[in-house]
Amino acid sequence: MSSVAEIVIEVIAEKMGVPKEDVKPEAHLVNDLNVDSLDQADIVMELEEKFDMSVSEEEAAKIRTVGDIIKYIEQHKS
Amino acid sequence: MSGRALEGQTAIVTGASRGIGRCVAIRLAEAGACVVAVARSEDCLQNLESEIRASGGCAEVRTLDVRDTDAFAELAKDVFEKRGRLDILVNNAGIARDGLLARMSEESWDAVIETNLKGCFNGCRAAARWMIRQRSGSIVNISSVAGVAGNAGQANYCASKAGVIGLTKSLARELGGRNIRVNAVAPGFIRTDMTRGVTEEFEKEFCGRIALGRFGEVDDAANVVVFLAGPNAGYITGQVVCVDGGLVI
Repeated sequence: MSSVAEIVIEVIAEKMGVPKEDVKPEAHLVNDLNVDSLDQADIVMELEEKFDMSVSEEEAAKIRTVGDIIKYIEQHKS
Repeated sequence: MSGRALEGQTAIVTGASRGIGRCVAIRLAEAGACVVAVARSEDCLQNLESEIRASGGCAEVRTLDVRDTDAFAELAKDVFEKRGRLDILVNNAGIARDGLLARMSEESWDAVIETNLKGCFNGCRAAARWMIRQRSGSIVNISSVAGVAGNAGQANYCASKAGVIGLTKSLARELGGRNIRVNAVAPGFIRTDMTRGVTEEFEKEFCGRIALGRFGEVDDAANVVVFLAGPNAGYITGQVVCVDGGLVI
């Protein structure tokens, strides 16, 4: 597992109070992990900080699954 | 309010060098909060810091132009990281550039909107980030009865203060689920540097329109701000409390 995936999963698990095993790349943020819009904002802000990057609201709105986040960060991180 | 209702809490107050903001900073410190007092220049802030510390309170002063989005974000981050919490934000910094709209310069319009409304947005955004993470917090924005009722010669000021009310209500809805309350205080005519210089004739005429028949003092407004900021107002959010002696009823 790449370190990006590890960090993303750790952040989501911590924010949502769920075991890391439940935060699989295919997990849907809303349907599987009960992430609401504020949770998502919180998660994105923390990841922006951790990876020193900026995610536009437009891009953030396209995120559906844990894998979407991992992929986005892998493609855009500096 | 019980003696030290805000013990252990951290508060940021903008526009803290004078008037209502200064009084709010002192009262929050008296209630036990550690106060980060913010203003554009350090001139009057040092006095405030020593005054609060002399009476056993906790205060730190910082210079900040509330119009600077990034600087406000940095300040909130720094406060959160240093103190481990950010419980209260009072967006009080404000200016007035009065004049009839027909003769109002674009510069006067922009200056007032930038400080009063965008400054409030900058503060809310900077603090919300940490309060969401913390899952608690209380924001009090200083509006004005002029924003509720309008006032001839103050279209820019009234628009900015009405904007603060819309911002307050929207943010209360956005953040309620995270136990973050957002309220506004709308002072009427309070004796401060901003309202100094009115003639005796104006005061007499104006007091006739105020149910309680007098101008307010900074404490009248600050007491309500401290109440809304603290746990005794735990079930109040999205509200605008007019502190105007009954000017607008």
